[in-house]
Amino acid sequence: MTDQAPPPSLYAAREPIFPRRVTGPFRNLKWVILAVTLGIYYLIPWIRWDRGPNLPDQAVLLDLANRRFYFFWIEIWSHEFYFVAGLLIMAGLGLFLFTSALGRVWCGYACPQTVWTDLFILVERWVEGDRNARLRLHRQQKMDARKLRLRLTKWVLWLLIAVATGGAWVFYFADAPTLMVDLFTGQAHAVAYITVAILTATTFVFGGFMREQICIYACPWPRIQAAMMDEDTLTVAYRDWRGEPRKHSQEAKTQPMGDCIDCMACVNVCPMGIDIRDGQQMECITCALCIDACDDVMERIGKPRGLIDYIALSDESLERDGNPPRPTWRHVFRPRTLLYTALWGGVGVALIVALFIRADIEMTVAPVRNPTFVTLSDGSIRNTYDIRLRNKNNDERLFRIFAKGDPALRIQLEGTPYASVPVEADTSHLQRVYVIAPPGSDPADAARTQVRFWVEDLTTGDRAYRDSSFTGKGDAQ
Amino acid sequence: MSKIPPKQEGDPNTTGHSWDGIEEFDNPMPRWWLWTFYATIVWGVAYTIAYPAWPLVSSATAGLLGYSTRAEVAEEIAAAEEANAGINAQLASAELTEISANAELNGYAVSAGAAVFRTWCAQCHGSGAAGFPGYPNLLDDDWLWGGDIEAIHATISHGIRNEEDDDARYSEMPAFGEILENEEIEQVVNYVLELSGSEADPALAGPGAEVFADNCSACHGENGMGDREQGAPNLADAIWLYGGDVEALTETVTYSRFGVMPPWTQRLSEAQIRAVALYVHQLGGGE
Repeated sequence: MTDQAPPPSLYAAREPIFPRRVTGPFRNLKWVILAVTLGIYYLIPWIRWDRGPNLPDQAVLLDLANRRFYFFWIEIWSHEFYFVAGLLIMAGLGLFLFTSALGRVWCGYACPQTVWTDLFILVERWVEGDRNARLRLHRQQKMDARKLRLRLTKWVLWLLIAVATGGAWVFYFADAPTLMVDLFTGQAHAVAYITVAILTATTFVFGGFMREQICIYACPWPRIQAAMMDEDTLTVAYRDWRGEPRKHSQEAKTQPMGDCIDCMACVNVCPMGIDIRDGQQMECITCALCIDACDDVMERIGKPRGLIDYIALSDESLERDGNPPRPTWRHVFRPRTLLYTALWGGVGVALIVALFIRADIEMTVAPVRNPTFVTLSDGSIRNTYDIRLRNKNNDERLFRIFAKGDPALRIQLEGTPYASVPVEADTSHLQRVYVIAPPGSDPADAARTQVRFWVEDLTTGDRAYRDSSFTGKGDAQ
Repeated sequence: MSKIPPKQEGDPNTTGHSWDGIEEFDNPMPRWWLWTFYATIVWGVAYTIAYPAWPLVSSATAGLLGYSTRAEVAEEIAAAEEANAGINAQLASAELTEISANAELNGYAVSAGAAVFRTWCAQCHGSGAAGFPGYPNLLDDDWLWGGDIEAIHATISHGIRNEEDDDARYSEMPAFGEILENEEIEQVVNYVLELSGSEADPALAGPGAEVFADNCSACHGENGMGDREQGAPNLADAIWLYGGDVEALTETVTYSRFGVMPPWTQRLSEAQIRAVALYVHQLGGGE
C-alpha cells in the first residue's frame, strides 16, 4: 500500500449473487429433497390421528400447555422428555455420520436455509428471469415501472412464502384447523401472531436478502463440521491436475491446455458466489450445482465428465500420478463412519426398547424427609410417602396401593379409608401414603427397613412396584 | 506448506500476524453487520430512555413507559387475588365440616393452606409441621385442644393464651415449685413417667401416685389421660411437648410452661384461616 492509496474500508457491502439456472442429477436431487422437506414441514400438522374422545386428534402435536407431546401412536409426558433428548442425540450423531462421510451434505441439500433460499431463488428467477436478466435489472439504476413491478411481485411472493412458513410453525403447537380459523378471524393468542411475525421476518430476510451471509457469518455449523472432515471425506472439488492450465491463462499459451475452458459455468451457478477452482473454501456448502454445470459443458465439448466432482482428498495424489481413485465405498465405509453408525443405531435401538418396555402403570415414590418419621401417641412410628400415579389410559382407573416388607408394617392412605384410589383419564394423581410400625416392632426400632410399594390396576390386574425405605428410631436413638 | 501458493497481486491483505507461516486475512466485515451494530446502539439508548435505567442519588430514572418490576408483581398478585376471589368467598362461607367432601374446594384449600402455613406458621411449627420442643408437632395424633377440623379452626382463629382475644384457648398449670416439696415433685415426676410407659423408679413412683391424685388429676384426669376441654395434655402417651425425661418434667412441674400462639383472625382472612386449618387437618393427625 502506498501513501497515495486511500485506506481500505473496514466494511464491505454484500456482493449480490445471481445464480444461473442449472440442470442435472444433483439439481434434480435437490428439487426432490426440497419438495419432500417442505412437504413434510407444511403438511404434517394437518394429519389427523384418532386417539379417542378426551385427547387431541392431531398426529404430531407439541401441547405445551398440558405438557404432552403427541407423535402418531406415541404420547410422551414431560417426565419422559429423555425420549426427545435421545432423538436429538440421534440427530447429532446422524449429522456426524453424514459429515464425516459426505462432507457438508446437510448444508448443501437439507438445511432450511438452503431449502428456503433455493425456493426464493426459484421465485426470483420465475419473476425476473435468469442470471443475465437479473444482472441487467440489478445494474439498471433507474427504478422504472417495469423494475418496480418485478421487484414488488418478487417481494410479495417471498412474503407469502414467509407468512406460510411462520404460519405452519405454530400449527405444531395447537390444533391446526382451529388455529387456522382463529388466526384469520383475529382470535388466536398473541403468542401465535408474534411467532408468525418473527418467523415471517426471518424467512423473508434470510431467504431473500442475507442468503449466503447466514452460512458464512452467522452459522456455527460450518466451523464444527470442519473438525469432522478428514482426507477420506467426499467433498466437491476441482480436478486441477486435469483442468489446468485452463484456457485464457498465461500457461496455456506455452503448455498443452487442460480440460477447463474457463467458461465460468461453475462460478455462475454457485449460490455462494465462489469459484470452486480456487480449492476448498469455507463458503462452499457442497451443493454440487457446479458439478452439474461443469458436466453439462464437458459433455458438450466432448470431454469426460467429472472435472468437478465429489472427490476425497486422499485420492488426489493417486489421481495426480495417473492412478485410478479408490472406489467410493472404501471412503464411505471406514472405522469412523462405522462407529458413528453403530452409535446412532445403538441410541435408536435403546429408544425403541425404552418405548416398548415403558410401563403401562407409572408410579414414583418420594419418601417425605421433613420429618423422617413421626411418633404417634401410642408410640408407633409413622413414615409418610408421596406416591404419584400416572394414568396414561383414556379412561378412569382404580389403583390399589399396598406395601410389602416387614409384616409389622401397616399402610394407610390419606383422605380415604379405602386401600384404592381412582385416577381420572390421562392425568396424574398425588396420593399421600402412611406406613406405620407399632411400638417395639423391628422397623420402629431399626434405622432403616426396606419397603416395596405395589400398585395394582383393579380392572386389568396390571401391577407395578417401587422400592423405598422405612425410617425408624435407629438414627435418633 | 508446499501447497500454499505464493502471495499474488490482488490477494486480500493480511493482519501482518504470522504463526508458523499461517497468516490471518484482514478481510473487511460485511456492511450489514456494521448497520446491525449501529442498530443495537440506537436500541440501547432508546431502551434506557423507555425503561428505568440511569442511577440517580437515591433512585433511578423511571423511564418513559413507567415500567417497574415491583408494579408488575403487585399487578400479578392483584390479578391472582381477583381470580381466586370467587373460590375464596366459597371457602369462607361453606360449612366447615363439609369442605373436605368437595374435591375442588378442598384441593384449592389445601394448596392455599400450604402457602399460608409456610408464610405464617413454619417459623414455630417447622416447614414440615413437625414442631420443636415447646411448639407442637402437627403431624401426630396428639392434640391439646382437639384435632377435628372445627377445633383446629378455633385454635388458629383465636390463638393460645392470648389476652387480646377473649375466645383464645387458655390453660394455666400452677408452678408447683411453690406448692410441693422437692421430694414430692421427684415422686410425681416418676409416677408420670410410669404412666407413660417410660423407665421410672418404682420406689418414687409409688408415693407419687398420691401426690398426683391430690394435685394433678383434677385437670389431667385420674389416669393422666388429660382433658381437651381444659387443654390439659395427655400424660399417658408417648408424646411430650417439652421433653419426657426427668429433668424436663421436673422443670415443667416446678415452674410450669406457658406456650403462646397469636390469634390469626387479626392477620389472616377467614378463607386463609380455613385453608390452613384444612391443610393442617390433612397432614396425618386430623380427626
